[in-house]
Amino acid sequence: MSELEELIACFSGAGGDEKALADAASAHLAASGHRILSSRTVEGLVVDARGTWNGIRARVTVKAGVKLRNPVHMCFGVLHKKGTQKIEMDVRLEEGASAHFIAHCLFPKAEKVRHIMDATVSIGEGAEMRYSETHYHGLSGGVEVVPKLSVQVGRNGRYFTDFTLTTGRVGKLAIDYTVEVAENAVAELTARVFGHGSDDIHIRDKVLLTGKNARGLIKTRVAIEDDATAEVTGITEGNASGARGHVDCMEIVKDRAVARAIPIVQVNDPGAKVTHEAAIGSVDKRQMETLMAHGLLPEEAVDIIVKGMLR
Amino acid sequence: MPMLEINDLVYTADVLRPSRILDGLTFSVEAGEVHALLGANGTGKSTLAYLIMGCGGYRPASGDILFEGSALGHRPIHERARLGITMAWQEPVRFEGITVNDYLTFRNKGADTAELLALVGLNPALYGCRMVDRALSGGERKRIELASILVLRPKLAILDEPDSGIDMLSTNDIINVITAFKRNGAAVLLITHREEIAMIADRSSQLCNGRIICSGDPAKVAEHYKSRHCMTCSDGECHYV
Repeated sequence: MSELEELIACFSGAGGDEKALADAASAHLAASGHRILSSRTVEGLVVDARGTWNGIRARVTVKAGVKLRNPVHMCFGVLHKKGTQKIEMDVRLEEGASAHFIAHCLFPKAEKVRHIMDATVSIGEGAEMRYSETHYHGLSGGVEVVPKLSVQVGRNGRYFTDFTLTTGRVGKLAIDYTVEVAENAVAELTARVFGHGSDDIHIRDKVLLTGKNARGLIKTRVAIEDDATAEVTGITEGNASGARGHVDCMEIVKDRAVARAIPIVQVNDPGAKVTHEAAIGSVDKRQMETLMAHGLLPEEAVDIIVKGMLR
Repeated sequence: MPMLEINDLVYTADVLRPSRILDGLTFSVEAGEVHALLGANGTGKSTLAYLIMGCGGYRPASGDILFEGSALGHRPIHERARLGITMAWQEPVRFEGITVNDYLTFRNKGADTAELLALVGLNPALYGCRMVDRALSGGERKRIELASILVLRPKLAILDEPDSGIDMLSTNDIINVITAFKRNGAAVLLITHREEIAMIADRSSQLCNGRIICSGDPAKVAEHYKSRHCMTCSDGECHYV
């Protein structure tokens, strides 16, 4: 099996749409380690990607006014037990553009793998970007993932990101996202992570509502069990009149796991409003009792509640 | 033998302040019977429901709860559910990431969810794929909860104020659900404040100050309830109505 075939098999196993990679109407970029294995672009999408000594550097541009009909699939990974992959990405959506990126980051055999992402995203006026990222880190817990992202959302722009790591082990995860939201623009950041064993999860999302009537939502759902630890920091600053932000963090803790939530809300303009809610604890008693009154065993009820929260 | 038999049940919420929420309550529900339980706020109706269901933190100080002749004792909720007892809470909880269709089929995979939703007055095409989360109104959530226990085909369904939060125009939907339980052969313990709902019961009981103060024909019990006449309150006039 070639490296590409192996990556595609893993991509498919992690929920990726294998057919999309073969579809001439859909753009994609697939890379293992520092080697680009396959790529395709479509009209209005410019991708300049190349391998570096330790990863991939890519500049992705969606031209002004172009609305990509199909999602752009990205598949990154390290298929060996050991290795490092650094993804340096610069994504630009020009004025009025629209695109949905679906990324899979796969480390199925990892025992000692480091994956670093350093990305900047610029969303032009009236442009919209959706970024869905799913990770699979295998079962050993030997992965360290450090994604750092800086996003500028222009006037009337919209940015939605969704990070999911709910299958297999996490290893060490340190998400650091900062999103600056301009006038009448919207940003929504969602993360869902399920930690086991000795997994160590750090999520830091920061939304700066700098423009009038900017909107921001940080939503984090974390479940941890065994000896896993999680710290979730959600920061939202309301810096302009009419800005509205909300930080919503929920963490379910089992066994000896330890969770911490740090919502930081700051308002620097009297016309702005930022709210937060954080809930940490074991599975909600009333939810458990309701499902058990339907005849479900306690462990079945916990499984349904946790999976639902991470869905 | 009654399906549910409660003998001299005493419940105190706090051992340090032993005021009795249920004070020697004796009560029964026959198989296939719709039994309405009337009573003002704070008289112990929901507490009784939690004790029958075995909810956490609710254990009788004394007395027995028997189901089909066997004491429920310390059985956990799911064991009681598997015996055939289930309950619709007055304020059902919300669940993230669970669709209505999934919620209705956890214990009955082949259930006709469209039929169930239609029975509780919800359009299956609009509601089947919605989440059982905060986006639902209180009344919608309540209807889904009723559908979710109807599908279980219980022997005893405890309905804690199934009409609260549901608009008056939809009273018939609630009556249809109760009728469906009865048609399926289930007994229903119906906790309600609404006379028109209570009137569909086969029998009613009035609860006051932790005791059943009258029991029998629903119309007579409702009349007794409205008259504020009470045998347990000190001067014969009910302080709880």
